[in-house]
Amino acid sequence: MATQLLLPYDPSPVTIAVFAAVLVLYLLGLRRCPAATRPGSLRVVAFLTGLLLCYGVMQTRFDYYAQYMFFVHRGQHLVLHHLGPFLIALSNPLPVLQYWRRQLPGQLMPWLTPVRLLYRCLQNAWVAPFLFVGLIFFWLWPPVHFNAMLDRDLYWVMNWSMLVDGVLFWWLMLDPRNPYTTTALGYGKRILILVLVAVPQIILGASITFARQSVYDVYEVCGRAWPMAPATDQLVGGIITWIPPAMMSILGVLLVLRRLMNHNDTASDTAQMTPTG
Amino acid sequence: MPNPLSLRITRSVTVRPLLLAVLMLALSACSEPEAPWHAKDISGVMPDLSFTLNASDGRTVTAADYEGDVRMLFFGYTSCPDACPTTLAYLHSAIQQVPEPLRDRIRVMFVSVDPRRDTPEKLAQYVSAFDSRIIGLTSDEATLRDLAKRYRTTFGYGEVNADGQYKVSHSNAVYIFDGQGRIKLLLRTDLPAEDAARDLTRLAKAANSPTSGSS
Repeated sequence: MATQLLLPYDPSPVTIAVFAAVLVLYLLGLRRCPAATRPGSLRVVAFLTGLLLCYGVMQTRFDYYAQYMFFVHRGQHLVLHHLGPFLIALSNPLPVLQYWRRQLPGQLMPWLTPVRLLYRCLQNAWVAPFLFVGLIFFWLWPPVHFNAMLDRDLYWVMNWSMLVDGVLFWWLMLDPRNPYTTTALGYGKRILILVLVAVPQIILGASITFARQSVYDVYEVCGRAWPMAPATDQLVGGIITWIPPAMMSILGVLLVLRRLMNHNDTASDTAQMTPTG
Repeated sequence: MPNPLSLRITRSVTVRPLLLAVLMLALSACSEPEAPWHAKDISGVMPDLSFTLNASDGRTVTAADYEGDVRMLFFGYTSCPDACPTTLAYLHSAIQQVPEPLRDRIRVMFVSVDPRRDTPEKLAQYVSAFDSRIIGLTSDEATLRDLAKRYRTTFGYGEVNADGQYKVSHSNAVYIFDGQGRIKLLLRTDLPAEDAARDLTRLAKAANSPTSGSS
């Protein structure tokens, strides 16, 4: 029974391969990167927890319930778009990424220019929040949601797009590099974006929660995992769309504020020290 | 659609370019300018019809047994208080509106997902009350789960009450396959039965003339 719960409901070789590759590359990079920059155990645990959570909602029995219960599906996307990527970004895997970047042969660099350009475009301060919220609205648009739950390929596209965009967004928000000396996004802009993305999510979540009629009837078409009242399913799903993402935004704002204050402290310390030193 | 949420999202700027892209993709996918179906077109989205189930008279029935006929697949159970009787009555009414000779090319597979309560006799008696073209089928739970998964649906059992009765959650839509067993349409009872009959007539005509069997 326990193994049944851990085995994927709908095995996806690509998904398993990608998660395994990320895990192996992370652990190898962790061992080989310079000791001075190597992430501490808390950061490693954060990264692995984030990765495991994302894998868990995609490739265990959880996915079965996510396919046939609206509120579990919302929980799945909460993990894929918010919680998992948040932990991965918070763990700051930059030293590991930098180690692997150094391993890339120099002549490969020109070939990576399109990737770099695409990355820069996606991480633009206007594009990133638009994409982050836009994807939630797109996949929750009733006709699109209907097709995504019915069509196996589209279902995988939906889940992967949520995960990839989640990682991009939270990395932009929690990038540990100093915005004053690197290209990382300024703290003020990050706070503004985090608050701005929360608003449409709150509106969407609340409108699902308070909708009188059934908004997502695909769960009637596909059958529910157990005979739960459709209205209850929709209500709980709406609350999961509404409250936890808003809390994630607040948590993000707090983290950025803390960094901003630390930065101001060190900046004023240096300013005070300069005349005497 | 009177749904305020969907209206709001449709108007939202976020979705409009994406909608346009999806629409263009959908248009470019249609190579032949054919009239749209009334029920939801899901051709190519799911695998061809394939099953091995037990009929109410004890026979083993496979998809090949009704090859050439337009087949409708519906998951339900005979103790169902609402969706099943409504849907079967709806299907009977739709089939009645299909012109006489074509009507015989249509079969409904009513698959009971409650094999514990639905004995073959009970199932046979139940389906015959609706239409003679409905075949009652069932199997053990594992086989039923595999078949349900193949068509991206599921079923589940509620808690047993003092009388030993329980609710069963199941799909409320009908899967329609053409004469060659390829998935074509997803039919729901909110579509007027006349429109369902038009789709069925079109499929039955195509099944009747093997040359144009691809439509």
